Amino acid sequence: MYNDRVIKEFSNPQNVGELKDANAVGTVGNATCGDIMKIFMKINENDVIEDVSFQTFGCAAAIATSSVATTMIKGKTVDEALKLTNKQVIDELGGLPAQKLHCSVLAEEAIKEAINNYLTEYKNKK
Amino acid sequence: MKRIYLDYSATTPVSPTVLEAMMPYFSEHFGNANSMHAYGSEGAYAVDTARRKIADLLKVKPTEIYFTSGGTEADNWALKGGAQAYLPKKRIITSSIEHAAIISSCAQLEQQGFDVTYLKCDKGGIVHPEYLEDAITDDTSIVSVMFANNEIGSVQPIKELCEIAHRHGAIFHTDAVQAMGSIPVDIADLGVDMLSFSGHKFYGPKGIGVLYVRSGIKPDKLIAGGHQERTRRGGTTNVPAVVGISVALEEAIRDLDKNRRHIKEIRDYFVEQVEKNIPYVIYNGDRNNRLPQNANFAFEFIEGESLLLTLDLAGIACSSGSACSSGSLEPSHVLLATGLPVEKAHGSIRFSFGKDTTKEDVDYVLDNLIKAVKKLRAMSPLYAQFTGGKTNV
Repeated sequence: MYNDRVIKEFSNPQNVGELKDANAVGTVGNATCGDIMKIFMKINENDVIEDVSFQTFGCAAAIATSSVATTMIKGKTVDEALKLTNKQVIDELGGLPAQKLHCSVLAEEAIKEAINNYLTEYKNKK
Repeated sequence: MKRIYLDYSATTPVSPTVLEAMMPYFSEHFGNANSMHAYGSEGAYAVDTARRKIADLLKVKPTEIYFTSGGTEADNWALKGGAQAYLPKKRIITSSIEHAAIISSCAQLEQQGFDVTYLKCDKGGIVHPEYLEDAITDDTSIVSVMFANNEIGSVQPIKELCEIAHRHGAIFHTDAVQAMGSIPVDIADLGVDMLSFSGHKFYGPKGIGVLYVRSGIKPDKLIAGGHQERTRRGGTTNVPAVVGISVALEEAIRDLDKNRRHIKEIRDYFVEQVEKNIPYVIYNGDRNNRLPQNANFAFEFIEGESLLLTLDLAGIACSSGSACSSGSLEPSHVLLATGLPVEKAHGSIRFSFGKDTTKEDVDYVLDNLIKAVKKLRAMSPLYAQFTGGKTNV
């Protein structure tokens, strides 16, 4: 049901785990729906995402999109990361089965959530 | 790569002797069993022989055996045909853990104005007779409770349920698709009026099933057509499949004790090892009243499909209770009916063992399962939260 790229990304995901010195964290989804994604970012003073990682509870599509999306925003500015769409993530993966498209929304939402938390909480405290 | 199949409750391979028995009826004796000529007679003779064989094995009359396209059709026929035949009674009772063939048939009947009651089950997935006693009324036409559950293997007290139905003037049907060939099924002792089963669950071919219908019970037709099955079920008889299911049933019943003992031993070993080696695991279903081939676990903090796929990449085939795999977002209605919380239902996996599964196979699976659960938990935010990882949300 999944293409080789998705399988590869799922079985060997990048950026897994918790980032100890993260200053932007966002969690979306819930266990009842079957998927949760938590994203950790370390954003520097120039608003560049220096490092990023994730923890995901969910299906193979959710894990693969988490992996790809974190890879895509690493080294990008906050503004660039906010422009990442789930469509771009899906394209990067070479497509997802129709019933799995919603899983890719999770990554986009988690990134936005983390950055919003960073902008409202962390930056204000500075 | 090593490949291990632990999804025997989904389907089984056709046994070589069954295949051999079927072969002549594809090209050599290809006649339509309803044709008057010699070609037809060859087919008709094979079908009669198969029907008699099945009737003898189940200790029922050959005229009580009807061939269908499978378990789903048999279930549809029993339910819909039974409901229509016993009008004006409009109440049907079933359980909340039935196979989709029954649940969906009931949903259709509800749309047509029938009242359907779905009996609850206990946390092991058992539908106790008192649940039926409390729900049944004298305007109930048909009660249908599965013999054994396909997801968690719980075996139901069919004889007691059937007695209650009869006492209230209702007929009783059971979906025995998972039970047939796995545990003893004594139709006379159970007293059921209709019983469904399917060939491919016991090393027979796909596309063939049986509805046993007790003499005197007349469900309305589901498939209108020609004179096949004493005009009760239309459609050209699938002669090779009919031959196949009869031989498969003969072998399954002949080897039942031996296979059952072996499969249960393998399953018990697997369950013991899983519980010993993997923390935060829930063994779904009833420990005692259970099909020997079934093991179903909820692995907490991870989602079933990702576990299923991780095992698949290691060559291991099992089945996910999580609906993510079937494209719907709803987790298994069976697990929810047992009271398992939604997030744990999402992380449930069924392993079903077969007569050729070895301890070596199980050890390979255990090894990979332990690794897969560890790997997925290491990336799970729920596990991190549980183990006291930083949760600065």
